[in-house]
Amino acid sequence: MSKEKDESFDARLKAAERRNGLVTQDTSTSPEADADKPLATLALRAGTEMLSALIVGVAIGWGLDHWLHTRAVFLILFALLGGGAGVLNVWRLVRPTDET
Amino acid sequence: MAGGSSINVLEQFELHPVLGGLGEALRFSQSPLYMIIAVCLVLAFLYFGMRPAAVVPGRLQAAAEVCYEFIHNMALDTIGPEGAAFFPFVFTLFFFILAGNYIGLLPFSFTFTSHIAVTLALALMVFALTVVVSFKVQGLRFFAHFMPAGASPFLAPLLIPIEILSFLSRPVSLSIRLFANMVAGHVMFDIFASFVIMLAGFGVVGDVFAIGPIAINVALMALELLVGVLQAYVFAILTCIYLREAVAH
Repeated sequence: MSKEKDESFDARLKAAERRNGLVTQDTSTSPEADADKPLATLALRAGTEMLSALIVGVAIGWGLDHWLHTRAVFLILFALLGGGAGVLNVWRLVRPTDET
Repeated sequence: MAGGSSINVLEQFELHPVLGGLGEALRFSQSPLYMIIAVCLVLAFLYFGMRPAAVVPGRLQAAAEVCYEFIHNMALDTIGPEGAAFFPFVFTLFFFILAGNYIGLLPFSFTFTSHIAVTLALALMVFALTVVVSFKVQGLRFFAHFMPAGASPFLAPLLIPIEILSFLSRPVSLSIRLFANMVAGHVMFDIFASFVIMLAGFGVVGDVFAIGPIAINVALMALELLVGVLQAYVFAILTCIYLREAVAH
């Protein structure tokens, strides 16, 4: 929340500076900011995180089933756990603070 | 695709033996060829850039220095003081992926980063490195990360597998992100380029309307130049973030 406010303040400050000719060019072109800004990029990243956790869960479940000859028990279990891990990944991506 | 003409947008990702009979015998396809070209380009850029070793750098030397400092700062800022040890690895990863992405934008070339085998190998290398570094720095306390602090012990049977799966999904998401971005970009190029060819079959009216897809492809090229550097950056910065967690006590 406060980070968003800071960003909007920074953006307005930069716009005002540019208007008054204090800075000639925009210096805030850090790729990280560019990477996070477009919503489509964030959505794509979130989708990748969700999907990859599911893939890992399904792969482990399928492998365990194959190995132990238990049809679909581990597949169901690990698909659910993979979905949970996917949600966790997405939450880590979009949560406000950056502490681990 | 559509329109009767058989345009296969995925054909560009197929591997063929190159370099004639020798390549045939060694199963040497475009993918390793363009990897070697990418490595040679990066090495040549750094070698010829830094050869003058002037106090006041020329253009090429300034570019090489900017690249070096960009990754150096990224490694040190993200990982911390220990980042200096990992800087060569991150630098290599970043420029290998960047060169691969950019070489793929040239006509008649091949994008090796559009193959999941390549990106997954790179991601697994990063993953193996982080696990090894974690064990070396943290020892068995590494496993404590799989139990979130402050959670109820009764939830441990649920939380620990989820944390482990989340950890294991890192190389998968790292590789899928790069691979999917590259494939999507090149498929879009192919689709709009095939529109141009189809429209060209409709006479003068088609020729006029074909300007639209050409303009879109020019814009796509600009977008792909951004995506190429962005994906290399994301790959490198995520490597740094994973390494920071590995070296944290």
